[in-house]
Amino acid sequence: MKRLNRRSFLKGGLASGVTAAAVTGSVGKADAAGDFGGYPDSMGVLVDLTKCIGCRTCEAACNKEQNLPAPDKPFTDMSVHDEVRHGGLPRRTSEKAYTVVNKYEVEGREHPLFRKVQCNHCQEPGCLTSCFVNAYTKTPEGAVIYDPKVCVGCRTCMIACPFYIPAYSYSSPINPVVKKCIMCYDTRLKFGRPPACVEACPQQVMTFGKRKDLIDLAHKTIKSRPSLYLDHVYGEKEVGGTSWMYLTSQDAPFGEIGFDTHLGKQPIINYVKEFLAIVPMVLTIWPALFTGFHLLATRKEAKKNDESVS
Amino acid sequence: MKTYVTQGFEPIDTLKKPGSDTPWTLKEKLLLGLSSGEYVKQLVRNPFNWILAIIYAVGIPIILGRFYYGLGWVTHSSYDYPWGLFLGWGLFCMVPLSASGFMLGTTVELFGRKDFKPIERLGLLNGLLGYFFAVMFLQADLGQPWRLIYPMFVSLGPAAVLFLVAWHVATYLTVQVAELVPAASEMMGWKAPKKFVKSIVLGLTVAGIILSTLHQGALGALFTYAPGKVHPLWYSYSFQWFHFFCSSIFAGLSMLIVVSTLSKWFLKWRCDADFLGSLDRITLGLSKGASLALITYLIIKLTAVAHDNEWGLLFTGWGQWYIFELSFGVILPLILYTVAIRNQSVAVARFAALIAVLGILLNRLNTALITFNWNLYQEIPHWREIVITVTIYATYILVYRAVLYRLPILYTWKGESK
Ligand code: SF4
Ligand code: SF4
Ligand code: SF4
Repeated sequence: MKRLNRRSFLKGGLASGVTAAAVTGSVGKADAAGDFGGYPDSMGVLVDLTKCIGCRTCEAACNKEQNLPAPDKPFTDMSVHDEVRHGGLPRRTSEKAYTVVNKYEVEGREHPLFRKVQCNHCQEPGCLTSCFVNAYTKTPEGAVIYDPKVCVGCRTCMIACPFYIPAYSYSSPINPVVKKCIMCYDTRLKFGRPPACVEACPQQVMTFGKRKDLIDLAHKTIKSRPSLYLDHVYGEKEVGGTSWMYLTSQDAPFGEIGFDTHLGKQPIINYVKEFLAIVPMVLTIWPALFTGFHLLATRKEAKKNDESVS
Repeated sequence: MKTYVTQGFEPIDTLKKPGSDTPWTLKEKLLLGLSSGEYVKQLVRNPFNWILAIIYAVGIPIILGRFYYGLGWVTHSSYDYPWGLFLGWGLFCMVPLSASGFMLGTTVELFGRKDFKPIERLGLLNGLLGYFFAVMFLQADLGQPWRLIYPMFVSLGPAAVLFLVAWHVATYLTVQVAELVPAASEMMGWKAPKKFVKSIVLGLTVAGIILSTLHQGALGALFTYAPGKVHPLWYSYSFQWFHFFCSSIFAGLSMLIVVSTLSKWFLKWRCDADFLGSLDRITLGLSKGASLALITYLIIKLTAVAHDNEWGLLFTGWGQWYIFELSFGVILPLILYTVAIRNQSVAVARFAALIAVLGILLNRLNTALITFNWNLYQEIPHWREIVITVTIYATYILVYRAVLYRLPILYTWKGESK
């Protein structure tokens, strides 16, 4: 639990930015403290992409579990795999679909590979750390959930999510909210049950379990068939680690099946620290500095006044 | 208005009617001493009002539609581009151009440069209105604008950069209102408020500097949340906040030169001799400040490229665009300002200011929209989004003009103003 300190420090630091309370001396601690790194016993899902056949059963299960509106095309319609939207991109999560399965034809491979997309439930989520009303929570079970009752709709969380996951119900004039996968927290995860998509998959593509066990399992799986699997567990380290992790085959590296392989290992919040660290500095140094300037700049005048008085 | 003034009309600038002891009524003050009929006549005569009327005829229904049908009706409802023109233009462009408030407050009140006094109030007003309308743009963009105060009182997310922006812009708006209380007090003949503000002006100014440093920087820091989305040339996790802060300095000063020039051209009747007489000298003074900020900015921009070792990127298409932005928006105005200062040429300084303002617009739009998602696709805003943006901006101009007509910003209130 010691690791939680940094986050509470940041809160303290910025809050004082508002109340202008002095926080002298705390500069630099932001960097010194370690990373949050997530809850030790949080759950996760390991997705073995080599097994997925693109049947969309998981999409249907998600739709039902989350009471989402009926899709434009039925879940049995496989033509969606060939859909292209703006920018030549395949489908993405939307206000009507928290998860989508996309098809990738990789050169040199006989069969296409399918990739399931949903919120990765990051250990240190960009969405969570960027929200100015604290609408997001990382639960000890590992899910990143969202409270629509406090959301103002600034959509910074959508900017900050490195995986382009959160969608927004723009169509609603009265109550637009962020729409994203919550790992079936309310209905399943809370009670220790796996998410609906995991349970529905006919191919056992996804394994639900403790994140740390899944990491072991992933590496064991790779070792068991080194000629099949690429030796990389996507999500183990990416942006500070995610609860959902992926395995792919050697002839379809992550970069070619729609994964961003340039994200780096730092959680998103680390990129913002540089600024957060200057906040207390400006607050404490500026007043003294500029009042000093003022006295210097107006000294002559003051002298003149003094002389004229005496 | 010009016509009336050439006919010998004098707009109100005193509390009491000339030669008598009866004070002007509020209505008379608001109509500048014209009768309602005369006032309407001058409104109709001004071609600019016709343009405004057309903008409103199209824009108001669309703004109503935005609140009735939702954001999806006026934007492309993009999940990949959650921020469009409302924030790209309304927040990220308006706020730096409004940095003049704290710059001028600092110069006059803190550094005691009384020679900039004639333009101080214009600087403050430019700041106040710019911020106020940035908030209006934000209100158009928020999904649930009625929850604007949530980050302050209902659910706090103090570790987020936007939290800081929200609080600081709110506090700073209050500071700026306070700084302009003296102007309103003079017109209304109140004494106590003016005296009170005078007594705390140093505190207000220092608060202004702190708040401005932080929120101008914070607007830049907002983009550090998107390391993969903003093009690396426009992204610098160590310097982003400093880039935004530093460029806001010359942005604010240049905008002030532009606005004062416009005032001189179109509102000459309202400017007093003190303002007109010192404007050239002040413009050159501001130019000096702006050119210093420009050169600092140029250096840290290049430092950022060197720091992240991005020289190679300069040879890509985006790199060319980056070079264009820097040459047009930073180097060109820097050269022009230098020429202006050397030759004491006010006209060149004004031109430089215009270019610098355009350069800032280009930089902010580049960061927020154009190079955002550079490796996905580019998005052109929906036409309704553009119409709303133009309408809100037109309102900004309208309010700006209305205030300049009335409050002693460009002129000094005569009589017992001590
Ligand atoms: S249900 Fe399983 S096999 Fe079918 S698309 Fe989803 S993950 Fe792939
Ligand atoms: S994937 Fe995106 S939405 Fe999901 S937790 Fe991570 S940052 Fe948040
Ligand atoms: S859109 Fe809502 S959830 Fe997302 S950052 Fe803004 S207030 Fe938070």
